[in-house]
Amino acid sequence: MDIMGKRKIWYTISIAIILIGFTFLLFNGLNFGIDFTGGTILEFTFDNKVTNTEVRDAISELDFSIDPQLQQTELDGKPGVIIKTKELNTDQISGVEKALEDKYSSTDMIRSDMVGPLIGQELRRNAIFAIIIASLAIVAYISMRFEFRFAIVAIITLLHDVSIVLGLFAILQKEINTAFVAALLTIIGYSINDTIVIFDRIRENMKLMRRTPFIEKANTAVLDTLPRSINTSLTTLITILAIYFFGGASLQTFMLALFIGMFAGTYSSIFVSSPLLVTWTKKLANN
Amino acid sequence: MRYKQKKILKLVAIIALIGFAYFLFSYYGINLGLDLQGGAHIVLQAQETENREINDDVMTGIISIIERRVNQLGLTEPVIQRQGEKRIIVELPAIDDPNEAIDTIGRTAMLTFKNSSGEVVMTGDVINDASADYDQYGRPVVSFKLTKEGQKQFEKVTRRLLGQKMGIYLDNERLTNPTVQSVISGAGGQITGYSTVEEAREDAILIREGSLPVPVNVIARSTVGPTLGEIAIDKSLTAGLLGLLLVGIYMVFYYRFPGILAAIILAIYGLFLLGTLSGLQATLTLPGIAGLILSIGMAVDANIIIFERIKDEIKSGKTLRSAIDSGFKRAYTTILDANVTTIMTALILAYFTSGTVRGFAVTLGIGVAVSMFTAFFVTRNMLDLFSNTKLLKSDKAFGVRGGQ
Repeated sequence: MDIMGKRKIWYTISIAIILIGFTFLLFNGLNFGIDFTGGTILEFTFDNKVTNTEVRDAISELDFSIDPQLQQTELDGKPGVIIKTKELNTDQISGVEKALEDKYSSTDMIRSDMVGPLIGQELRRNAIFAIIIASLAIVAYISMRFEFRFAIVAIITLLHDVSIVLGLFAILQKEINTAFVAALLTIIGYSINDTIVIFDRIRENMKLMRRTPFIEKANTAVLDTLPRSINTSLTTLITILAIYFFGGASLQTFMLALFIGMFAGTYSSIFVSSPLLVTWTKKLANN
Repeated sequence: MRYKQKKILKLVAIIALIGFAYFLFSYYGINLGLDLQGGAHIVLQAQETENREINDDVMTGIISIIERRVNQLGLTEPVIQRQGEKRIIVELPAIDDPNEAIDTIGRTAMLTFKNSSGEVVMTGDVINDASADYDQYGRPVVSFKLTKEGQKQFEKVTRRLLGQKMGIYLDNERLTNPTVQSVISGAGGQITGYSTVEEAREDAILIREGSLPVPVNVIARSTVGPTLGEIAIDKSLTAGLLGLLLVGIYMVFYYRFPGILAAIILAIYGLFLLGTLSGLQATLTLPGIAGLILSIGMAVDANIIIFERIKDEIKSGKTLRSAIDSGFKRAYTTILDANVTTIMTALILAYFTSGTVRGFAVTLGIGVAVSMFTAFFVTRNMLDLFSNTKLLKSDKAFGVRGGQ
């Protein structure tokens, strides 16, 4: 199997997927949740179903307007509603709870989240900061253990994976929350992990197969590590899917991001990172 | 003979470690985060005023007053921590009425006495004790006692305002607005105007424990009811066990007997992980469980890398014993390089974030570190233990297909 020889095909596929994602990113943007924008989410359950209109009616009697987005839910067989709105203070949150309690005595506030806009800004700043620092640390480590060009290619691969996840989230308009940031960083970890296992083989082949051209060393490395790549992605994807389907609603966004990221990560470690190394080496040889 | 003794020693070491991990887990137990056991997480930020800057003294003052308020509310195991320059994090596990608690904790609680034109004539500093009580008509009230200095001041004020209204305010809320009937020179007084004794009790706490030196804002809060936490634990546990089972089946199917070893090693890994988390008293959050389950993926990966390497060595014609030896040697660097980057990312994430994401990063980091240890120590010795048995020598072990 000649994976390296067909590298232009893989590049085209990757670039196409990333471009589609970026188009959506540009026009639709990302659906930032309250963790980033600030706001309030309240979740209530009742013994009997309470419709969105009924919830609206109950809270319309408050002396402040909250202009909520409502979503019907179910928790443990009990009907419920999620109220998403702007930033509320403690009194206002109590007000909403009381307004519902007065009308529906079985009202139970099972969750409340309020994030001020300041925290959201900080989270965004810290997340970007964490990603940059992590990338620099990774470049330093790989340069030390391998070569500088391996480090740069690893970072490009990582950006590739992150771009695909961001693009798909722009397409699906799934909510971006704190857990998404954690997922993104895990993907970075996985992506690097996958890439390094193959780079490790290339490094080994550079010692063992001195006479063969680099493209062949890379190709052999990718093929030799293929069983590991497939087995590892399969076992990890199995656990991710198990959590996605059985782990409850609160983990689903997180798992979706991981699923896409793992998939992109496995693809890129085989079809993007090593081919890029080959391209780089060829460019060097031509100059 | 010596080889056999070495084997027994290795087995004993593994069993001892399993026992130790189990001891740590059963003795210390796992700390559950607020999202799993239910509770309230509140982030407060102190606000500068015209007269007061925020400094360490002010922050220490705020924390000690909040601590006293929380204790007075009878809440168990609260965590109150300063974060950065101006912030305080309050965590209240297992709380019935989070709204009330957050309200009580975050109040500035400046008590003022004002005359009819709204000028402050006296502040709460003069009060040295307050408690909820009933007055002679059975109405809930807050009874307060005055300091020596306060008694003099109170007498002066009541003399001046005789026959006029004197409003008592807690922050901007008017508690009561009585008419001063006589000059009060006693040791204390009563504040009326409460509809329940609970309300009186909360205000009594605020008045007794004093006001915050500067106002604080609740800039983020999250509360989780106990049922939601329980459901989250149940669901994620089910998902985790199911994931583990499926991975185990896959490994056995693909690698045959070594796959069974891998499944056992995974179970041992799970126990080591629980033991380490308990021993370090790390807090397990919902994303933390996700991190845990994902680190299982990493642990499987380490075994897969090792098995694939051994398989390669067997294919190249080595005997089983030397294939295990050289396969391990080559797998070492791969696993090390691959996992160090993940641990680095986890550390950076833990440093720059807070709350639940940090919980995730911490469990992921610990998980990967433990998985490396398990791979290098347990997998290695388990394979050695069985290296002379037919089970590992079989052609199909490690998924080596004949004729390849």
